[in-house]
Amino acid sequence: MKWLGRPETTLNFVSELMNIIVCIKRVPDSEGRIAVGGDGTSVDTQGVKFVLNPYDEFAVEEALKLKEAAGAGSVTVITLGGDDSKETLRTALAMGADQAILLKGKPSVDGLGTAEKLAEAIAGREYDMILFGKQAIDDDNLQVPAMVAELLGVPSATVVVSLSVDGKSARAEREVEGGHEIVEFDLPAIVAAQKGLNEPRYASLKGIMAAKKKPLEEVDMGDAESRLEVVQVMNPPERTAGEIVGEGADAVPELVRKLREEAKVL
Amino acid sequence: MSILVFAEQRGGALRQAASETVTAGRVLADTMGVELTAVLVGPPSITGESEKLGRHGADKVLLGSDEVYGEYLPGVYADAVVAAVTTIDPKVILFPASALGKDLAPRVAARLKAGLASDVTEIRFEDGRIVAVRPAYGGKVYITVAFKGEPAVLSVRPRAYMAEEAPRDAEVQELATPNSSQALSKVHMAEGAAKERPDVAEAEIIVAGGRGLQEAEKWSLLEDLADALGPGTALGASRAVVDAGWRPHDEQVGQTGKVVAPPLYFALGISGAIQHLAGMRTAKCIVAVNKDPEAPIFKVADYGIVGDVFEVVPRMTEEIRKLRSED
Ligand SMILES: Cc1cc2nc3c(=O)[nH]c(=O)nc-3n(C[C@H](O)[C@H](O)[C@H](O)COP(=O)(O)OP(=O)(O)OC[C@H]3O[C@@H](n4cnc5c(N)ncnc54)[C@H](O)[C@@H]3O)c2cc1C
Ligand SMILES: Nc1ncnc2c1ncn2[C@@H]1O[C@H](COP(=O)(O)O)[C@@H](O)[C@H]1O
Repeated sequence: MKWLGRPETTLNFVSELMNIIVCIKRVPDSEGRIAVGGDGTSVDTQGVKFVLNPYDEFAVEEALKLKEAAGAGSVTVITLGGDDSKETLRTALAMGADQAILLKGKPSVDGLGTAEKLAEAIAGREYDMILFGKQAIDDDNLQVPAMVAELLGVPSATVVVSLSVDGKSARAEREVEGGHEIVEFDLPAIVAAQKGLNEPRYASLKGIMAAKKKPLEEVDMGDAESRLEVVQVMNPPERTAGEIVGEGADAVPELVRKLREEAKVL
Repeated sequence: MSILVFAEQRGGALRQAASETVTAGRVLADTMGVELTAVLVGPPSITGESEKLGRHGADKVLLGSDEVYGEYLPGVYADAVVAAVTTIDPKVILFPASALGKDLAPRVAARLKAGLASDVTEIRFEDGRIVAVRPAYGGKVYITVAFKGEPAVLSVRPRAYMAEEAPRDAEVQELATPNSSQALSKVHMAEGAAKERPDVAEAEIIVAGGRGLQEAEKWSLLEDLADALGPGTALGASRAVVDAGWRPHDEQVGQTGKVVAPPLYFALGISGAIQHLAGMRTAKCIVAVNKDPEAPIFKVADYGIVGDVFEVVPRMTEEIRKLRSED
């Protein structure tokens, strides 16, 4: 596998160098109409726009911020997918990433197969941090980041809402029930970004133009192994409309009575 | 042949999620005719809690009580669960889909090279295979998946299985504390907004407000209602009010917020956009208050009142306080 090597920084005084890898995924736009496929075992995304996974925008932005703060280093974006994922890699390059790698192969149904391919492609490369999104909004698995951490044996923090890096150690705040949890760990490490970690920048026209000339390496990885098999895809359980109990505050006593006696939820 | 359930505790006390996951395990164990074992790790004060796991149906408890489990360190907890797995060689391993469970389950699955189905709402055993139903695409579709191999690892969505009693005289066995060299990240609980209200994903009742409240200060109306409804009540919000900066993001319910399925959901001054519905349409009972009779929320609400939140909500608080005082 050709590793593009460190960018040729000619700084004589090399400040803290930050090499960051960001794993990103191409997903259907959340506004798109998602329907059950005709075969009943697939999801029909016909006519739906595909975009960079929203949570991965926070991951790319954080990588760019870390590189800018360090003053030197590189941001590499990587995805396991088909040729159509090149467009998503270009989006990240337009935001400011330096190089992109397309691992050609189908992601797995569950997270492990995808994590194995990513870990295989990343192992042996130099990185200070690998950034992920919290979840991909198509499968909503919330699995890949923690799995890659286990496979590579590096510390990791998921659902991160704030991050600070100081030399070779980092401190992250994670969202947990009822508050935040602070974790500290040494680099190299993995962080999965939650909404609110930062404000992702938009790709400028200059960025979009520059992206065309940035390196995009392709590596054939083969399809990821799925340990789960999709048996059926269904629409969410139907809700039938209920009743309007009444109008204004006077309807409240009747509502409370029904909640207690009929719905038995009070 | 057995099923293993990870019982989550925090600060030495079992969490609601633990009894729900044990119940899910008991239901599956009964259909498969196998034993249910719970693995419980925590600080020394946890020892007294193992009896409760028996009450919800655990036949055996593998208990790891040690200071090292005081806080959630992913590497240490994963070592403990893998040690439990090697002891009993389960066919199925269940985690709660809580903040901790969603972090720990993928690690254990990766170590075991096992498939993981996240946030499942239903688990079945069909012609020799474990099958599970889970929401995807922001709750727009529900996908049924089957496990090809063993063990099957699953995280169970909060409230998908309501905690139930199924008393067993659980045998407690000590789980040796593996010496975890990879205590990779030092953890301490942030002061964070240590709200006394539960997280929306795990609340009994959610009082959710939308732009209809007009401004942040009006949230006191919802807080009063939530207080009247009782401690298991959480505040929810639409994205419109989170983006307006009136409410924090962790209260946001919907496609890019949290997906919730509480027994009772109040949608107050919320129009009912599809992206909001994607987060709460599976609530058992939905009550909507909106001045617009045509608001889409009324199409999914079980009970609705057409009216002004500033008049209706205070009256609801008053009526519920009366009700609670009579209880
Ligand atoms: C990609 C994407 C993701 C999104 N994700 C989410 C999400 O996760 N969660 C979410 O909630 N939204 C989400 N949205 C936004 C969603 O589309 C709606 O814009 C949002 O839910 C509207 O919030 P709202 O109902 O509070 O406001 P509005 O739609 O403005 O509704 C306000 C309601 O209050 C009523 N009202 C006004 N005054 C009063 C009064 N005095 N008394 C009673 N009723 C009154 C009005 O009749 C109206 O029905 C998303 C949108 C997109 C594009
Ligand atoms: N096919 C993929 N290629 C690269 N990164 C991925 C892929 N799938 C998931 N990820 C990363 O893992 C995160 C969580 O995905 P998931 O575990 O599928 O919810 C995503 O936000 C991405 O950062």
